[in-house]
Amino acid sequence: MSEQRSGEPILRMVGITKRFPGVLANDHVDLELYQGEVLALLGENGAGKSTLMNVLNGLYRPDEGAIIVKGQPVDIQSPRDAYNLGIGMVHQNFMLVETMTVAENVVLGLQNLPFQPELRGVKRRLEALGERYGLRVDPDAYIWQLSVGEQQRVEILKLLYRDVDVLILDEPTAVLTPQEVDDLVDVLRQVVREGKAAIFITHKLREVMMFADRVTVLRDGRNVATRSTSETSSDELARLMVGREVLFRVDKTACEPGTPVLEVQGLRALNDKGLPALRGVSLTVRAGEIVGIAGVAGNGQRELAEVITGLREATAGEVMVNGRRITNCPPLRAIEAGVGHIPEDRVEMGLVGGMSVAENLALKAYRSSDLSLGPVLSPDSMRSFARDLIEGFDIVTPSTETQVKFLSGGNLQKTILARELTACEGLLVAVHPTRGLDVGATETVRRQLLEERDRGTAVLLISEDLDELLEVSDRIAVMYEGQIVGTMPVDEADIESIGLMMAGEQLGKEGNVR
Amino acid sequence: MRIVFEKRQSVSRRIRVLVPVVSMVFALIFGAFLFLFSGVNPLVAYAAMARGAFGDIHAVAETMVKAIPLMLTGLGVSIAFRMLFWNIGAEGQLAMGGLVATGVALYASEVLPPWSVLPAVILLGMVAGALWAAVPAALRAYLQVNETITTLMMNYIAILLVSHVYHGPWRDPDGYGFPGTARFPEVAWLPRLYDRAHMGLVFAIIAAAILWFLVQRTKWGFELRITGENPKAARYIGIRIPRLILVTMLVSGALCGLAGACEVTGVMRRLQQGLTVDYGYTAIIVAWMGQLNPWGVLLVAFLLAGLLVGGDQIQMAMGLPAAMGLVMQGALLFPMLGGALFAEYRLRIVRGSAEEAVLPQESLAEESKC
Repeated sequence: MSEQRSGEPILRMVGITKRFPGVLANDHVDLELYQGEVLALLGENGAGKSTLMNVLNGLYRPDEGAIIVKGQPVDIQSPRDAYNLGIGMVHQNFMLVETMTVAENVVLGLQNLPFQPELRGVKRRLEALGERYGLRVDPDAYIWQLSVGEQQRVEILKLLYRDVDVLILDEPTAVLTPQEVDDLVDVLRQVVREGKAAIFITHKLREVMMFADRVTVLRDGRNVATRSTSETSSDELARLMVGREVLFRVDKTACEPGTPVLEVQGLRALNDKGLPALRGVSLTVRAGEIVGIAGVAGNGQRELAEVITGLREATAGEVMVNGRRITNCPPLRAIEAGVGHIPEDRVEMGLVGGMSVAENLALKAYRSSDLSLGPVLSPDSMRSFARDLIEGFDIVTPSTETQVKFLSGGNLQKTILARELTACEGLLVAVHPTRGLDVGATETVRRQLLEERDRGTAVLLISEDLDELLEVSDRIAVMYEGQIVGTMPVDEADIESIGLMMAGEQLGKEGNVR
Repeated sequence: MRIVFEKRQSVSRRIRVLVPVVSMVFALIFGAFLFLFSGVNPLVAYAAMARGAFGDIHAVAETMVKAIPLMLTGLGVSIAFRMLFWNIGAEGQLAMGGLVATGVALYASEVLPPWSVLPAVILLGMVAGALWAAVPAALRAYLQVNETITTLMMNYIAILLVSHVYHGPWRDPDGYGFPGTARFPEVAWLPRLYDRAHMGLVFAIIAAAILWFLVQRTKWGFELRITGENPKAARYIGIRIPRLILVTMLVSGALCGLAGACEVTGVMRRLQQGLTVDYGYTAIIVAWMGQLNPWGVLLVAFLLAGLLVGGDQIQMAMGLPAAMGLVMQGALLFPMLGGALFAEYRLRIVRGSAEEAVLPQESLAEESKC
């Protein structure tokens, strides 16, 4: 449909820069959108896609740069300004009032609404819109009665009801079933056929090729390329998105895998929304081996870690650790079986901010007889235990009694690492262990993981950082939509094929790249 | 230019202590206006209240009579609040403690050996409170039923049950129709320390010491504090939260039941109207003002009891409504709740774009999202 593109773009973003403390989220980003097209905004997590769209939608003000709508420079201060300019956004988390009906949600926030809105006309118009775009939803249904896919349709109807020209969809397919994805494609096609335009944010290559006329690729807050989908390939997009062809590797000793420590068989589980997140995962990690799980966020990695550590229920399948079956056992059983866990969310889950460094270091060891006498804790042994770990892991803290929330990010992670490496016996599950850390802390964490491996621990490393996976792992498994789509030894892995598999391209039959 | 809240670098202990004190001053100033509107010199009124509550040893003893149930229920709810379990049911647990204690005192005194009557009365009162609390605890622990509602609803059941009992089946046949049970036999009397102030004070002090030790020095207390501070982390490190909720609520209910048992055996020595006079609700204020610290709870309970007794005094001496004490109690809570914010945040005036000031939190959300 790119041939429909006519001279002047209906929307231009020029040199958009947005800084957050310590982060340059958008660095002079340019973007153009033409009437009648679907533009994909492609990039890895943290590439700055959502930030850019939030700037366009008036949620953030850019530090530099200009937005030009239909040839006029504009200043968008709020989503309401954006609406008035014909720009509307469907957020990843829907903005709907659960206890109100579809029609009520649609009129909610409209200006010049009479004291008692006349909903009959609204419903008629909604039905007409639904007919036209294939977005059928009962206007009288309450939001809580609707499936996630239907709620998304309501969000889109809200925009169409307000007659927007530009629809922004933030990862619209993340919550949809494949059938619903097809429906969404049809809706978008119809919308742009009528002269509107759409931008959708994604990190899935398959969807870019399926949905979009053009694609703009962001990486580390900069736009690296804009292509017509007819003139590019998944390979090229993968390379642009990941953006690395040269790899740096640290020296590490060859791995000598021993007996299997973690055995996962046919594991299935649901995510928080009740949709399937794991769809038959099987995996083995041996003693003295690091298995890295690559994948774009939201493809089941988080759920895999949670099921293994007992935090999430499995709907089918088995988890064995050191030969003990721990499927659907409470977290304590997993800990007793020897599982250490560096959680994804280190402040929200891994630490208790208001308690001292010493207490946080003892969060697991307090059960042992070293730190307690029967039911009574020994503050002295807790302190000396903490002092040992602080020294051993080089944690920078004023004292053992400092509240842990006052430590820096790297030291928070070292605190967790110290605790989990001490507590784990046999298996360590590390989820994004270096995310957000500076170079020094990152190196420390990676070195500790390797040392732990050399001590004979089995390590399951979940990360979105491909460099990290290639540097630290002995084998790499790629997860896509709740399944492991390929496993390979690290010396046979190359970033391009991993990138493709992460984006859902099937390579080879047994999941082997070569 | 704009005023924003900014998170402090560290929690200010000075402000933690200051907040209850400043709140008290606020409440006194607020009360002063009420007295002025009633045409009374506030200083005279406050002097009368203070004299009534703390003026001599008899007054202090009477204040102590009101302070004891506030101390025990305050300790009870504070331990539940520690793990963010909103036990609003202290009143009902107290009522059930009083009810069962009465049953034992009236009907088992002749069966049991005399030395064992009082311990049995007290212990079974505690058990009753604990079991009454265990119902909402189990509902919350295993079925995720909101405890705020269940504990509150169970209050009505308990209070009306108690009322039924002394109006109906257990009413004293020789009581000339007066609603209330017969007087307990002397073996079931809780010894008094001075005037009507009874042994319950000793129980409260012992309970505070035990609670302090349990919370600060035991594995159970450690788990309790972790769960209260960060329930997600509690689950992650393998704490069995349902069991923790149950055990904690048994302790909480037992303390409230003890308060009820002490009321009937130490003060009234029969079950009659006046057992449930909202101690269990005031306990919530006591727990928060005492910052959930056992010793703080004891102190605040004594001060609030003074307010209640002082209110009664100005009614008798000056013809003002006794509810003045209650009004001031309410006035205390608002600056308390508002002031707690300042322990972790401070006000800052920002010039220029307001956006910069709110950015830090926003950027965190951003990092995790995009």
